[in-house]
Amino acid sequence: MAAARSDTASRRLWKFHGGLHLAENKAQSVTQPLRPAALPKRLILPLQQHIGESAQPLVQVGQRVLKGEMLARPQGYISAPIHAPSSGVVAAIGELPVPHPSGLEGLCIVIETDGEDRWGRLPDAIEAFEKCAPEVLRERVRSAGVVGLGGAAFPSSVKLNPGPDHPIHTLILNGAECEPYITCDQMLMREQPERVVSGAHVLLHALGADRCLIGVEDNKPEAIQALKRAVAAAGVASLEVVAVPTLYPSGGEKQLIQILTGEEVPRHGIPAQIGYVCHNVGTAAAIADAVLQGTPLVSRIVTVTGEGVREAQNLEVLIGTPISELIAECGGYTPEVSRLILGGPMMGFALHTDQVPITKAANCVFAASLREAPAPDPAAPCIRCGECARVCPANLLPQQLYWYARAKDLDKVQDYSLFDCIECGCCSYVCPSHIPLVQYYRFAKAESWAREQERSKSDHARQRHQARLQRLERLEKERKARLRRRKEDLDKAPSTERSSEQTKQAAIRAAIERAKAKKAAQPVQPRNVDTLTPEQREQIANVEARRRGGDRRADTAGREE
Amino acid sequence: MEFPAVSSPHSALPNRVSSVMLRVILALIPGALAMTWYFGWGVVINMALATVVAVASEALLLRLRGRPVTATLSDLSAVVTALLFALAVPPLLPWWLTVLGIGFAIVVAKQLYGGLGYNPFNPAMAGYVLLLISYPVEMTAWIPPIILNEHVLTLSETLRVIFTGTLPAGLTWDALSMATPLDAMRTNLDLGHLISEIRESPLWGDFGGRGWEWVGNWYFLGGIWLIYKRVISWHIPGAMLGALLLLAMIFHLLDPETHPFGLFHLFSGGAMLGAFFIATDPVSAATTPRGKLIYGASIGALVFIIRTWGGYPDAVAFAVLLMNMAAPTIDYYTQPRVFGETETRND
Repeated sequence: MAAARSDTASRRLWKFHGGLHLAENKAQSVTQPLRPAALPKRLILPLQQHIGESAQPLVQVGQRVLKGEMLARPQGYISAPIHAPSSGVVAAIGELPVPHPSGLEGLCIVIETDGEDRWGRLPDAIEAFEKCAPEVLRERVRSAGVVGLGGAAFPSSVKLNPGPDHPIHTLILNGAECEPYITCDQMLMREQPERVVSGAHVLLHALGADRCLIGVEDNKPEAIQALKRAVAAAGVASLEVVAVPTLYPSGGEKQLIQILTGEEVPRHGIPAQIGYVCHNVGTAAAIADAVLQGTPLVSRIVTVTGEGVREAQNLEVLIGTPISELIAECGGYTPEVSRLILGGPMMGFALHTDQVPITKAANCVFAASLREAPAPDPAAPCIRCGECARVCPANLLPQQLYWYARAKDLDKVQDYSLFDCIECGCCSYVCPSHIPLVQYYRFAKAESWAREQERSKSDHARQRHQARLQRLERLEKERKARLRRRKEDLDKAPSTERSSEQTKQAAIRAAIERAKAKKAAQPVQPRNVDTLTPEQREQIANVEARRRGGDRRADTAGREE
Repeated sequence: MEFPAVSSPHSALPNRVSSVMLRVILALIPGALAMTWYFGWGVVINMALATVVAVASEALLLRLRGRPVTATLSDLSAVVTALLFALAVPPLLPWWLTVLGIGFAIVVAKQLYGGLGYNPFNPAMAGYVLLLISYPVEMTAWIPPIILNEHVLTLSETLRVIFTGTLPAGLTWDALSMATPLDAMRTNLDLGHLISEIRESPLWGDFGGRGWEWVGNWYFLGGIWLIYKRVISWHIPGAMLGALLLLAMIFHLLDPETHPFGLFHLFSGGAMLGAFFIATDPVSAATTPRGKLIYGASIGALVFIIRTWGGYPDAVAFAVLLMNMAAPTIDYYTQPRVFGETETRND
């Protein structure tokens, strides 16, 4: 411990605003060594396990699949494929409960495992990754289905492509794991530090970054020591393990960057804008596997903990393993279990049922007793004591946000920077009135998004309506002008109409000849375009632009249009 | 197995509104004891009466509004309002004025606005100001502190004065009552006396009036404890007392014979009670760090302005109510810099 603390002093660190010292509760789940979980009979693989478009199935019911075979391919740039975590048969493709706060169902591929756990053909390992172009590494990470394993599940390959406008100088590996109870990153760093270090190497090369900082909270001295040994063994000077003070939420991406570098990621911006890319240590290990061994992401380390489960521990779990089986493997529930949480006590969400699978984002299954997760007290009125503002890591005014979120004043909540809220839960944790503040902010965010969508839809409708009115007006004007001309012609007619029938016939014939000649000369030319006035040309251009814009909006707005 | 769905976070500190209020009450004890020591049983009777009336009227209104009665009463906010009100009014105030004032504070200024957390004005000060502008004679009829008092009333005599209005035999109101130091200073200055002459009276201590200044000291200590316990922050009391002191010192330097020195202002009237216990009422005060400084300093400045040029000898209640109105606007324009924000907003 002492060694880790003194390292803190050797490198200058910064502080973010607010934060909380929480009871760590990490010791109970690190007593047993990391081991693989048993192979379950059924694996349930949601197609949406990541941020972005859900994956598209490549297999049919009844098809045999081998471990590591791609079951669903990514759709679009921000997406990730899903691979078979074990060999077996596709038993079903359909709607099943998925781990989501809404409790809604999602499309899943169900695999009946055959118990052989036989690998399929994997892509070749890229051992000489230093000689590889970054695009190749990126493509490998993408096809291996690697997403952020810290909980956000953002496709990692996208983060590896910051674009030419954002040169990356520093890679940051996030091993802070600030949330109480969760120890999966800690166990990874303690037992398999070389995987993390290899991942750092690959990432440094793929990003073209100069150095890598691995930030670990100083309540994990064994992890820090293990990583340091691994770094020393690898013998690369550009890697540095940094112990950061234990303070929730130091593992927030923006918070960790500030602690390590003193720099703040711009509001509504990404770290790449100031030259940083941040990955979770687990993600780095998965990237190392994908590049150096060719194995796709089919398993992850999951912490099973809490007073509600008999044997708290960390397990290497196949993606898709039902949580109920994981609990059974840890000795089952104790009678004290009262709440099942996916994630930690601060940001995790409560599951309605344990019949949902472990996904790529699932870092912890927290079976909480009533003591660990007490039933929420009835909320009292806000007295604006300001405790929430004191602990807010985004430096917001939660008491004001609450006031306006409650009043559904969506303009005011944005004036008070609602969308800078990272939902860390510090404000709710300290509130003496026990107001579920984060819930109000989520609600206000959802309402604001819905309103924004409504607004863009109605803007579109209004534009179309106005364009239609203008068109009708113009047509009416033209019609009137035509009528007037006709009338004028008719008025003039009596004097000219006296010409002989012959001249008229001749004129008609001549016109037909002209038309034929013209048709022969230019078969499929649009007519009347060369004699247009500039106004008319502009009108046509406008109509075309609107039509294109309309198509695009209709695409994004979906079928309601 | 099925489980309840609850929003994160899943644990919380065991702190409550009632513990915040309880600490305020504890911090008031030294000042309240000092008040009782210097001004007699009337202080205790006022506190008891105000508390009973506050709790009863809050219970009644909660019932009428269909809100949980016991759960809400146990937040102790009505008790805090009652104590602050009782410590602000004269010790021998007739009982029905106490009832009227605290009743107005709880029923109108607090519950009719929606109860705790929704009142735009400090309830205790709203009740106090109602009485001050409606019954100015009774509200300025103070008694001298015990060290200057020739007729110290016993408990039963005090009860009789408050509840029946009958003075002990041989005593008149004129003999019993005495102007507060602020009032005395004000009246004498208006009569054209110089401060050096005024301060020759035995009424005066080191800073303010004798006895009075000691009450201020004990409030100050209670307030420091509240800051230490992080129930309040230093911003509002610091800014309020600082602004009051600064303005008083500037004017004292310009003209020491018509403007009393700075510490006189701090240790007279409601300055200490107001700075630590009344202006810091979080519900009706500004809530951003910069906003609290502006809010506190504005109260301090208003106190000085009203005391010096206004129509009332003390001004804390008026200053607090005026700034209550400005609090939402102050908050809006003094939001702290959000994480990652580079340019300033609201321009």
